[in-house]
Amino acid sequence: MEKLFQKFDKKEIRNVAILVIGYIFITILIKGGFLNRQYTSLLVPIAVNIMLAVSLNLVTGFLGELSLGHACFMSIGAYSSAIFTVNTNLPAILQFIIALVIGGIMAAIFGFLIGVPVLRLRGDYLAIVTLGFGEIIKSVLIAMSGITNGAKGLSKIPLYSNYKNYTVVYIIMAITVLMITNLVKSRDGRAICAVRDNDIATESIGIKVSSYKIRAFVISAFFAGIAGVLYAHNVGIIKPTTFDYNQSIEILVIVVLGGMGSIQGSVIAAIILTVLPELLRGADNYRMLLYSIALILIMIFNHSKIKEGLMENRTLSKLFQKKGGVENGTS
Amino acid sequence: MALLEVKNLSISFGGLRAVDDFNISIEQNQLYGLIGPNGAGKTTIFNLLTGVYRPTEGSIELNGVSLVGKTASEICKEGFARTFQNIRLFNRLTVLDNIKTALHNQVKYSLIDSMLHTSKYKKLEKEMNERAINILKEFDLDKEASVISENLPYGKQRKLEIARALATNPKVLLLDEPAAGMNPTETLELMDTIRNIRDKFHIAILLIEHDMNLVLGICEELVVLDYGRVIAKGLPLDVVNDPTVITAYIGD
Amino acid sequence: MLISILEQLINGLRTGSIYALIALGYTMVYGIAKMINFAHGDIIMVGAYTLYIGIALLNLSIPISILLTVIVCSVVGVAVEKIAYKPLRNAPPLAVLITAIGVSYFLQSVSLLIFKATPIPFNSVINLQSVKFGSLNISGITIVTLIVTTISMIILTLFINKTKAGTAMRAVSEDKGAAQLVGINVNKTISMTFAIGSALAALAGILYICQYQTLKPTMGALPGIKAFVAAVLGGIGSIPGAMLGGIVLGIIESLSKAYISTELSDAIVFGVLVVVLLVKPSGILGKKQNEKV
Repeated sequence: MEKLFQKFDKKEIRNVAILVIGYIFITILIKGGFLNRQYTSLLVPIAVNIMLAVSLNLVTGFLGELSLGHACFMSIGAYSSAIFTVNTNLPAILQFIIALVIGGIMAAIFGFLIGVPVLRLRGDYLAIVTLGFGEIIKSVLIAMSGITNGAKGLSKIPLYSNYKNYTVVYIIMAITVLMITNLVKSRDGRAICAVRDNDIATESIGIKVSSYKIRAFVISAFFAGIAGVLYAHNVGIIKPTTFDYNQSIEILVIVVLGGMGSIQGSVIAAIILTVLPELLRGADNYRMLLYSIALILIMIFNHSKIKEGLMENRTLSKLFQKKGGVENGTS
Repeated sequence: MALLEVKNLSISFGGLRAVDDFNISIEQNQLYGLIGPNGAGKTTIFNLLTGVYRPTEGSIELNGVSLVGKTASEICKEGFARTFQNIRLFNRLTVLDNIKTALHNQVKYSLIDSMLHTSKYKKLEKEMNERAINILKEFDLDKEASVISENLPYGKQRKLEIARALATNPKVLLLDEPAAGMNPTETLELMDTIRNIRDKFHIAILLIEHDMNLVLGICEELVVLDYGRVIAKGLPLDVVNDPTVITAYIGD
Repeated sequence: MLISILEQLINGLRTGSIYALIALGYTMVYGIAKMINFAHGDIIMVGAYTLYIGIALLNLSIPISILLTVIVCSVVGVAVEKIAYKPLRNAPPLAVLITAIGVSYFLQSVSLLIFKATPIPFNSVINLQSVKFGSLNISGITIVTLIVTTISMIILTLFINKTKAGTAMRAVSEDKGAAQLVGINVNKTISMTFAIGSALAALAGILYICQYQTLKPTMGALPGIKAFVAAVLGGIGSIPGAMLGGIVLGIIESLSKAYISTELSDAIVFGVLVVVLLVKPSGILGKKQNEKV
């Protein structure tokens, strides 16, 4: 049993080590001039997508609720922080730190306000209502043109988090990934997974289901908000339509492809699905087609007899277990 | 006064009175059996006691505290724990994590500790692991600690569910058909386990069971339900020889 | 003022009855397969493009094109069920829902590949003179829409309540296992439900493009989601509920467009959904369901 307990710390050290190596790797690529402009411009979007996917995974993979409004929280973070940075005049570092705090907190507040009513609903309703909220927020952002500049979008946002500041972006991304990885392997994380696996049993062992649903939802919204801040201060211009239903679906595709309940999976899928469209430029329409086919096939495969058959095969089952290792905590 | 005092408990679904005027009083350390034909309302009583349903009438008092109107999670905190007829484990968590989840209200640290894995987190997680392993040992499940619970064989899943309920540190443990689907050897083992936990943790146990060997083997008192009403109550051997009970089971 | 309100109400009735036709598909499929067919809205788009192909590209007559549209939509609806949903009949709802989103996305991207993103203009196939009642003007398209939806709903109601196949549908929605035991072919019944739902969506699609007169690959999404809101509003699983919900929603939308704000009208529609789900999650005519413990 001693071995089992030591494993926790080993895993933590390994995660940090991977993140540090990742940073060194990127620095070498950039400083060595191995990346052309096209690829350096992808660094921040990759980090943003990782944060979005990992935070959505908390709700969809670990809590087991399908949210189709993740882009909505991203937009709250992006807009609230951008409105702040555009309208104030402070030293850059201070302004950016405050912008991050505002973006995260505002998104978390909206996560709470939306989550309290929505999380009372059963799964499929919840998906549609989160989608509905996404659309509401979008219309409101367009309608509030006095502050948001309406459909034309908010521009001249200072580029605090563009690729030149990749270190800052990387650190924020790394902290997000670590914090959610840690969370999943904790008292709160177990309660969240318990809700997913069986809500009636969760309630029966003295855990208030609604409270943990809200908690997961708010935390997820918070990190999506931070991702929105990074997004806004990378591209410099944001429009309400950027954060629509399609954006939410793209994040969902990353989570599903990476494996629901696998944080490593989300990270890897986010990297691949951000870089891939660059490689396949011009084939944008086929990308959507491929995503949709992938969604359907993965779901069917995951619940088919073929998978059960493969799982019985020793070597393959090991492969699968390794992939899903994160969600199991102690396995 | 008894540990658990239930008076005049009733619930109606539409016009149907699924449980009608149910009274029971259970002492600490008592092993109580609740039996009756299918559809008699046994599980409904469990659902009433644990706050899944709200009674139409009646009172439930545990140690003098009224439980009517409280939510399931609050009732668990007051000292009720249960298992389910159709097993409800946290299927994708490990055996160990199933137990640790049930320790939720006994070992506490903050969300910040969770996200940062602070030293408090490490200390308390270690404590949780030890406590969880101790409980698993009680049920001979410690070797399977790192197995995903849905991969356990059926009999062990039943045991794990009891272990999980016990981990919430209850005063009263409600077992809904704990021996369902078990073979005779497993049932015998289970009887020992149930007796052991009662003796060791000094709790009251109320169990629903169809397996008469188990009921007669361990229960000290029985209550028989038919069509939502109590038709007999008392010492096991008296109850099973009661003509009304025999009629209820076999028919006229 | 009164005339203006009356006109808005009639507009609302027209859009609402289109929503009702689509909502019927959601509600029937939900009743029988216990899933939200997220791709249902995109069947409208499939219908609209089929009609366009029939009339503009193949030069078919209008009735033949309409027939073709209904057939194509039914076939697509049934095919989607057989390929994507049937393998997941015992899977958790989350998996089914993600698959349905995948199907919706799939239909949209296929039509994007074929027809490109640029909207295609389309001339209404309904050439009926508008009717005047004093100063109240009712357009031909409104009259056709109301007649088509009323007839469809009457036929559907008769079909479900009076025919053997309709009884089978009700039985499957009540209890799949028991229906199977009494000899009802559950697979066939589910296919039939998808076919009928999609046929109604095809009609809705035709009426919809006659009103809006442009085609684009994502055109089905918004009416689809609104019709879903209508189905929930009326009580999902309930057929009269879907009809009622559609009309109520259409009127709410039309009134808020006219008297509150055009930009916010969608937000108001979703606001209605949120309020309904919070106050009465089972909808106006729906039944409450409890999980058995």
